Amino acid sequence: MSGEDGKVRLAVFKLSSCSGCQQQILDLGEDLLAVADKVEIAYFLEASSKTSPGPYDVALIEGSVSTPHEAELVKKIREDSRIVVAVGTCATYGGIQALRNWRNFDEVLAQVYPKAEWIKSLEKSSPVSDYIQVDYAVSGCPVNKLQLLSVLKQVLTGRRPYHRRESLCQECKRKGNVCVMVAQGAPCLGPIMTEGCGALCPSYGRGCYGCFGPMIDPKPEALASRFEELGLTKDEIALRLRSVSGWAEPVRRFLMRYERE
Amino acid sequence: MSGNKSFEIRVHQLARVEGEGGVWVKVKDGKIDYVEVNIFEPPRFFEAFLRGRSYLEAPDLTARICGICPLAYVMAASRAMEKILGIQVPDEINVLRKIAFHGEWIESHVLHFAFLHAPDFLGYPSALDMAREHPDFVKDAMAVRSWGNMAIEILGGRPVHPVGFRVGGLHRKIRKEELEPLSRSFDEIRRKGEKLLRFVLDLPIPEIEYDMVVMSLKGDKEYPILEGAVANNLGWKFPEDELKGNIETEQKIYSNALHYRLRNGRAYITGPIARFNLNYDLISPEVKDILEGAGCKPPLKNTYQSIIARAAETLHSILEIGRLVEEYSEPAQPYIEAPVKAGEAAAVVEAPRGMLYHHYRIDEAGKIVYADIIPPTAQNYAAMEEDILKVGDLILKEPQEKAQQIVETTIRNYDPCISCSVHAIRLKVIRE
Repeated sequence: MSGEDGKVRLAVFKLSSCSGCQQQILDLGEDLLAVADKVEIAYFLEASSKTSPGPYDVALIEGSVSTPHEAELVKKIREDSRIVVAVGTCATYGGIQALRNWRNFDEVLAQVYPKAEWIKSLEKSSPVSDYIQVDYAVSGCPVNKLQLLSVLKQVLTGRRPYHRRESLCQECKRKGNVCVMVAQGAPCLGPIMTEGCGALCPSYGRGCYGCFGPMIDPKPEALASRFEELGLTKDEIALRLRSVSGWAEPVRRFLMRYERE
Repeated sequence: MSGNKSFEIRVHQLARVEGEGGVWVKVKDGKIDYVEVNIFEPPRFFEAFLRGRSYLEAPDLTARICGICPLAYVMAASRAMEKILGIQVPDEINVLRKIAFHGEWIESHVLHFAFLHAPDFLGYPSALDMAREHPDFVKDAMAVRSWGNMAIEILGGRPVHPVGFRVGGLHRKIRKEELEPLSRSFDEIRRKGEKLLRFVLDLPIPEIEYDMVVMSLKGDKEYPILEGAVANNLGWKFPEDELKGNIETEQKIYSNALHYRLRNGRAYITGPIARFNLNYDLISPEVKDILEGAGCKPPLKNTYQSIIARAAETLHSILEIGRLVEEYSEPAQPYIEAPVKAGEAAAVVEAPRGMLYHHYRIDEAGKIVYADIIPPTAQNYAAMEEDILKVGDLILKEPQEKAQQIVETTIRNYDPCISCSVHAIRLKVIRE
C-alpha cells in the first residue's frame, strides 16, 4: 500500500447527496480509530481541513452524479484511486434526486428557480457507475455503517469484498416480525428489496419503501400483481416503486414497461 | 497587515462544514470590498419532484434533504400536513416527537461544536488532532452524541432518515420501557453535558460586539423546538404561516441563488444564537446556573459565541429528554388520522441550525400540487457575508494565513448545512 508508514490511503468524496452517508462514516468513530494505525485518512473534507492529493488506495464516494462538474470529478477520482467504492443509494443507483429523471427537466427547473438559465445541472441524476468503473457498491439510504465497515475491512485485508443481498423478507423473518403485507394488507417492497437496514420499516409496523435498493434478481412484476390484488391502482403501484431507489436498473426497466402497458 | 494593502483570500472548498461551498474575500486599499460565499452544492429539485406524490410521503422524502437534521424535515412536513387536514396531535405523542427532536439537536450540535468548530478556537485542523491533547473532551462529546442518536434510534429505528414517524404521530406505539436505556444513562450524560459546556465557556472566543438581527420561534412556556410564533429582536412577532410575507426572496443578477432577507432589506440570523438570545428566559435553570457562574450573560454579542449557544442547548436538550421520558405515558393510539381534503398550510420548526419552513398545497386526493421549503442555512447566507465585513478589523490585522482561518471560522460559526440549502447554488454579494 502506498501511504506513509505503509498505511492505506483512504479518501472520502461527496457528490449530490444529503451528507447522511458521511455521517455514517463519522459515526464509525471508535471503529475507525481502531484501524487508524492501518489507515491514513488522506481526504475527508467534512471531517478535516487537512487534505492531501492522490493517489489513493481506496476512494469512498457518497452521492450521485448530477452536475457537469461531478461528471468530470468522478473521472479524476477514478484516475487517482486504486479501488473505488460507491457508498449509499445515491452513488449506487442515482438516489432520491433521480426522481426528477422521470420528468421534463425544463419544467422541473422552472418549478424551483425563477432564473432557470443560471443553474448548472445535468438533466439526470445518475449512479457513479454510469460514468466510471466502480469496484464495489454498498447501497442504503443511509448506508448501514456496519455493512460499510465490513466491506472496508475486507478491502483493507486485500480480499474481494462481499456482502449479502438477499431479499428484505429474509431479514424480516429472521427478526421474527409479523408480515405487514399478510397481516395488515400493507403494500411492502420487502420482497424485491435488499436486506441490510435491519428490516426497520416492518419492525415499525409499516411496509418497506425501498431505500436500500433492489435485491439480487428481483421480481417486480410478481410484486406488482400482488399489489393489484391488494386493491392498488396501477398509478399507485408505479408511484411506490418509483421512490428512493426507483432509478435502479431492474426497477426502472420494469416501470418503463409497466407504465406503457 | 498594513492598512493600504490589497489582496485576496480564496477558500476553494470549505472544510468541516456539511456540503460543498467556498468563500472569496477581496481586500482593496486596506478595506474589504467584496465578499462571496460560493455554494456549489448541486441543486436536487425536491420542490419539483414532490409534486404528484402523496401527502403521506412528504416526511420521508424531504428527510433526504439533510442527513444531519432529517428529523427536522420529518417534523416540519408532518406538522404542515396535519394543519391542512385539521389533525390535532395529543401531548403524549408530541412528547415522543420532542424526545427524538432533542436527540437530533444533541447529535447535530455536538458534531458541530466539538468536532468541527472547537478545533478552530484551539488551532487544530481536525477533531482527531485535537483528541491527542483534549482526549476527555472528545470522548465525552462522542458519548453525548451517541446518546442523542440513541433517542432518535429508539423512536425512529435509525438516527439518519428515521422510519418511525408519520403524519399524525408515530407508526407504532412506544412502550414506556423502550425508553429505559435513556433514563439509565441520563445522570452520566448530564454530567458529561455539563463538562462540555464548561469546556466551551473556557475557549478563547472573540468578545467583539456588533449589530445582529436574530430571528427564531418564540416559545410560550417551553424553549421552542416543535412550534411557536416567529419573533426577532426588532420587536416583530407573527404566526408561522406569515414567514414568507415577512421576508424577501431574491435571485439577483449578481447571484445565482435564492436568498432571504427581512422585508425591510436587512440580513437576519437564524439558529442557536437567535433562539438563545430570544428565549433565554425559557432555557433550563441548570443551564443558566453554569452560564452565569462562568460570567456569561445573554445576549450573545457575535456569531463566534454561537458555539456557547450550541453547548448550552445541548445540555438543555439532555435535561429535556430526561424530563420528557419521565413524563411519558403511552398514548391511546400511535397516530391520528383524518379524512383527506384539499388545502394549504405552512409550518415552521426549529431545526438544529434554525427555522425550517415547509409550505404545501394538496388536492382532494391528497396529492401534493405545490411545495416550498426554506432551510435555515439559506436564510443565513446574507448574514454570513455581512459578518465578514463586520469582523474586517479582526481579519485585516492578521497575516494572510491567519486571516484566511478567521474567514473560514466566520462561516463555520453558522454551522452551515450546505446540503440543506437546496435553493442556493451560487451566491455573490458585491458592495460598492
